[in-house]
Amino acid sequence: MEITSLSAIELRDAIARGEITIKEVVEAHIEQINSTEEKLNALLYINAEGALSLAQEMDKKGPQKDRALWGVPVVIKDVLTTKGIPTTCASRILKNFIPFYDAEAVARVKEAGGILMAKSNMDEFAMGSSTENSAFKITKNPWDLSRVPGGSSGGSAASVSAHQSPLSLGSDTGGSIRQPASFCGVIGLKPTYGRVSRFGLIAYGSSLDQVGPIARSVKDIALLLGVIAGWDEKDSTSSPVEVEDYVSLLETPFNLREIKIGIPSEYWEEGGLDEDVEAVCGGFLEELKREGAQLIPLSLPHTAYAVATYYIIVMAEASSNLARYDGVRYGIRAKGAKDLMEMYVETRSRGFGPEVQRRIILGTYVLSAGYYDAYYRKAAQVRRIIQEDFIEAFKQCDVICAPVSPVIPFKIGEKIDDPLTMYLTDIFTTPLNLAGLPGISLPIGLGKKVRVPVGIQFIAPPFKEGLLLQVAQEVEKEIFKIPPPPVVSG
Amino acid sequence: MKISKDKVMDIARLARLRLSPESVETFSFQLSQILEYMEKLSEVDTSEVEPLYSPITHPTPYRDDEVRQHYEREEVLKNAPEEDGEHFIVPRVVN
Repeated sequence: MEITSLSAIELRDAIARGEITIKEVVEAHIEQINSTEEKLNALLYINAEGALSLAQEMDKKGPQKDRALWGVPVVIKDVLTTKGIPTTCASRILKNFIPFYDAEAVARVKEAGGILMAKSNMDEFAMGSSTENSAFKITKNPWDLSRVPGGSSGGSAASVSAHQSPLSLGSDTGGSIRQPASFCGVIGLKPTYGRVSRFGLIAYGSSLDQVGPIARSVKDIALLLGVIAGWDEKDSTSSPVEVEDYVSLLETPFNLREIKIGIPSEYWEEGGLDEDVEAVCGGFLEELKREGAQLIPLSLPHTAYAVATYYIIVMAEASSNLARYDGVRYGIRAKGAKDLMEMYVETRSRGFGPEVQRRIILGTYVLSAGYYDAYYRKAAQVRRIIQEDFIEAFKQCDVICAPVSPVIPFKIGEKIDDPLTMYLTDIFTTPLNLAGLPGISLPIGLGKKVRVPVGIQFIAPPFKEGLLLQVAQEVEKEIFKIPPPPVVSG
Repeated sequence: MKISKDKVMDIARLARLRLSPESVETFSFQLSQILEYMEKLSEVDTSEVEPLYSPITHPTPYRDDEVRQHYEREEVLKNAPEEDGEHFIVPRVVN
């Protein structure tokens, strides 16, 4: 079997048994990157030399049984700081930025023996749902090179889907792990807010952002989540709640029929989904029923307000978070400015792309005097109501099942000129970020009209990632095994 | 909510952004569209509802007020567009 088709756990175990060396693993993945990157554009920086020399060092040391990711390649979304390795957030303003510290999630991956292979492409500053907003390149969907991989973690999802790496770390503020995972036919998990440290996660919407794993198997998601989750002193929003042993939990018997699966009517409305999404996701619910699952119809009454609520809050937070890009301490600085004001204005105007500028301006507007109460405060109130909808719903069920996106991966260029249309596709993902809930997206079929993956989403109460993983594993076992994308299988 | 071009330029100035005339045109159209969509929220009765600014449930952790140094000055200055080994250099601030 191809080394690059193996899962992270299979790779780690094969290395531990001495069947392959880490050098061979890294070389195989570098080769896969080289043979697919020209078509995909998933990566912004490839750490070939660093990865190979680390591999050699590690091979000399020999397998370390207590390191969960020993010898496993990992691709890191370029929104996470990596010491000594360029970190750009796919923005011109940070095109020359080399951090002097690792993000906590990155540090934990390295500590566990993971090998940093590359930094992946994304929408600039995580603002987008297609990876078309990158200042540097447009990543293609491995299933159809004329279509988007989703966003903002499009590079990560495409990379894992195309077997460039078994694992990736992405970030999710309004769906940015779950939607690209669904679009590329891989698995993505957004943890509960506070489950994973945001130290070194370059901030977009601080009350919404989370780092999370992307992989091709549920066991691998559990593995990576277990490595990065847990309290961090350096992030005051990180939670002291104990981390479950996700990998062990997946070894225990679990019966999907014993839990209640909530089906929110507002997420499954007639005519609300693309033909292929309707067919695959609807078919999935039928399959669940046939398997004897308990499907509980319920309501999340304020679903229609989630997108507006989300965008007001995230743009407000973004306008504040991006105020630090001023040409003073890091990043580019516009040359020839005659005074401080000109330096700020020129640096930012030339450094930020149009979507970023749009969101900064909107965010500044909704926070400005006279509008703060009507927009930002109002949105925060609706946010609480949306959170309460979920609290009510979870009294009737254990997990909630929903589509990930109302649309299949769209064509590159199709939605980019109409920002509002793009925002509206975030309807099923943004509510979780607003309420701080964990969610997993996994592929459950291929479209008939267009042969691209379609994913399903499960949502759980706070800190119930273990339950999500158990449900996902059952689905993975019983319902659908996704083949590799054309760019891999040829 | 129609947002005028003047308003867009006011806000841009606050955000330290310079927009080209075409951008101002495009932005004021798009922003008006987006803001109009956001008006939807006025349909929701939020009287008596406490705003939710962050979903965390744990209390803010404090640490002791003790001096710690994590990074070397050299490291911190490395990414600076202009520095003199000790400071970040910027255009004159005070006239």
